[in-house]
Amino acid sequence: MNDEFDEDAASTIKRFMFVNRKAPHGTIYALEALEVVLISAAFDQDVSLAFLDDGVLQLRKGQDAKAIEMKNFAPTYRALEGYDIEKLYVERESLEARGMTADDLVVPVEVVDRARMSALMSEQDVIMSF
Amino acid sequence: MAIELNGQTIPTDEEGYIQDLSQWSPELAEVMAQEDSQELTEQHWEVINFLREYYDEYQIAPAVRVLTKQIGKRLGPEKGNSKYLYELFPYGPAKQACRYAGLPKPTGCV
Repeated sequence: MNDEFDEDAASTIKRFMFVNRKAPHGTIYALEALEVVLISAAFDQDVSLAFLDDGVLQLRKGQDAKAIEMKNFAPTYRALEGYDIEKLYVERESLEARGMTADDLVVPVEVVDRARMSALMSEQDVIMSF
Repeated sequence: MAIELNGQTIPTDEEGYIQDLSQWSPELAEVMAQEDSQELTEQHWEVINFLREYYDEYQIAPAVRVLTKQIGKRLGPEKGNSKYLYELFPYGPAKQACRYAGLPKPTGCV
């Protein structure tokens, strides 16, 4: 990358948060969100992901989607680190409501309570909800 | 579109990427490369094999920036740079090497 260009870009970095609220395989939202996140990585923005409600199930270990003829894309969340996307926030209340803890997830995440999630959202320039 | 190999017909999309990833074989990569008049050396195979391992682990084809960085980590900085990878794969390291590796086109690649 050209340093001069990077310097210019630094002043226009925005904070993007992608909010995931739906279970992984019943709709296309989770997979589409993941693709948008991977593409967004190319633009050197400040990207974070939030998982709330049934969205926390996207990160669940041990998914097997063969019977419904879907690809299990949970392993792809582990690729995000290589794309320099390292801020994954999971809402504690949503995990607890589903009997889950951070140990049930395929990637290391930051578990935050609802109030902290709300604060994180208010810090963003752009929020996209899936 | 399709590729003929050992009497078998392997369907591809309009850009030449195979659709059923389980139909891949090293021979298939050689046939694809021959069609591009591209010789596959050991250096090419390092990248192709890396891509297959990456896909196996993460279920996606990496973006070129990620590929370059990871190749650098795995094979050393003299190989983890755009110049080296574009010399090997002039049509674009992610695009062309992924096709030979039997992977889908990288996400976000146009």
